[in-house]
Amino acid sequence: MIELIRTYWVYFLIGQYPQGPLGGVAATVLLAALALLLAMPIGLLMGLARTSSIAAVRRPVTVIAYLIRGIPLLLMVFWIYFYLPTVTGHKTDQFSTMLIALVVFDGVYLGEIVRAGIQGVPKGQYEAARALGLGHGRAMRRVILPQALRSMLPSLVNQFVSTIKATSLGYIIGLTEASFIATQINSQVFVHPTAVYLLLSLMYFILCFGLSRVALVIERRQARRGLPRPARSPGSPTATAAANA
Amino acid sequence: MIQFNQVNKWYGQYHALVDIDETVAKGEVVVVCGPSGSGKSTLIRTINRLEAIESGTITFDGEDIHRPGVDLNRLRSRIGFVFQQFNLFPHLTVLQNCTLAPVEVGGARPAQAHDKAMALLDRVGLAHKANAWPSELSGGQQQRVAIARALAMEPPLMLFDEPTSALDPEMVGEVLLVMQGLVRDGMTLVVVTHEMGFARDVAHRVLFMDQGRILERAEPHAFFNHPQHPRAQQFLADIRTPFARPG
Repeated sequence: MIELIRTYWVYFLIGQYPQGPLGGVAATVLLAALALLLAMPIGLLMGLARTSSIAAVRRPVTVIAYLIRGIPLLLMVFWIYFYLPTVTGHKTDQFSTMLIALVVFDGVYLGEIVRAGIQGVPKGQYEAARALGLGHGRAMRRVILPQALRSMLPSLVNQFVSTIKATSLGYIIGLTEASFIATQINSQVFVHPTAVYLLLSLMYFILCFGLSRVALVIERRQARRGLPRPARSPGSPTATAAANA
Repeated sequence: MIQFNQVNKWYGQYHALVDIDETVAKGEVVVVCGPSGSGKSTLIRTINRLEAIESGTITFDGEDIHRPGVDLNRLRSRIGFVFQQFNLFPHLTVLQNCTLAPVEVGGARPAQAHDKAMALLDRVGLAHKANAWPSELSGGQQQRVAIARALAMEPPLMLFDEPTSALDPEMVGEVLLVMQGLVRDGMTLVVVTHEMGFARDVAHRVLFMDQGRILERAEPHAFFNHPQHPRAQQFLADIRTPFARPG
């Protein structure tokens, strides 16, 4: 195992970079981070639209949300990889394909989380803000969203964690992310599949667990400020992280 | 200052306000009472347009406030509203609760809003809690902060929607005391409350509502001693001797 790590660690971390495209763990982290960064504003807008009192805004977004939630991410990847080029006229590379698929998917799922967060803030908070003379936008920005964000945190972490793991689907279309590289290594070494995939699993675990811990620290800091802690669902990663701690 | 003219409101089939005609003068303290579901809360919520109306007009300082195109945020910043459930913003400190609207809506400079808020918190006896979180306060303290927050925009009119109904009995007094202070300062108040003591001692006028109608309007002394309408007589009998209902 030590031998395996010594030989392949650079390849596992960055792929063939700088000779080839950036790959391995670096590609996985970059893909997940970019996807979440780009999906967050989309999710926020989706959530606001989903809770809008204007039907012309709410309805189409609701339909889109249901459509995208109703197909597997893998199919989304295929559609973007094989169908999108026939529309745009040039081939979508693997990294962009996965990025688009993840951003669209996360945008919708984050939108649902934002919606639930907004709806979880007591109605009186919005009324009180409006009664003071704050407009809809200001009431959302200064009163509702800051509170919604706190209750959303466990669900957000859940989504972030599943995004990190979903990057492994890039393997299917030949994106050289960590799972793809691990498989390459396995076929070169051939005799240590258990060790190779154990290390791969460990890598994913460390990324996800680390993220959960960061979220836990944020939650603790809120609790110290005298704010109500968000309700934890038993299956949420923060709850698991707390139980493991 | 406020004028209701043939105001009607429905919730679907339910006729919540029926042909309301009423005038509240500047400097007047009006208590609205009546059984639950009688439309008292709905009535005062139409004054700052937390509720829409289906017909009639409500004017505030001569302006028809349910007309489309009214500057809602400006209107509301001139009407303080205190809720039964306080509705303090839990993610802001007591002081920040009181400076939010003046800075965001009133365009006050932060330092100016800060001084103003501290003066108001002092007035409700909570200057020492300025940096506390709402969750660290008792119900009575939270409601007093809510009053200070509503006063921060210097509204000429204050509306109270059952301000003491969510409080433990021992905390009712401190809130009523603050409200009494506002009355002494000559402010216009419309108060929905079950606190008959407050109505008797502080109000200039009592409105009795039932089933969406104002059935009786009288000075407190007359209302409590010689209620005219049978529903008002029954209501007063019920709240005075809650265990003596026929039955």
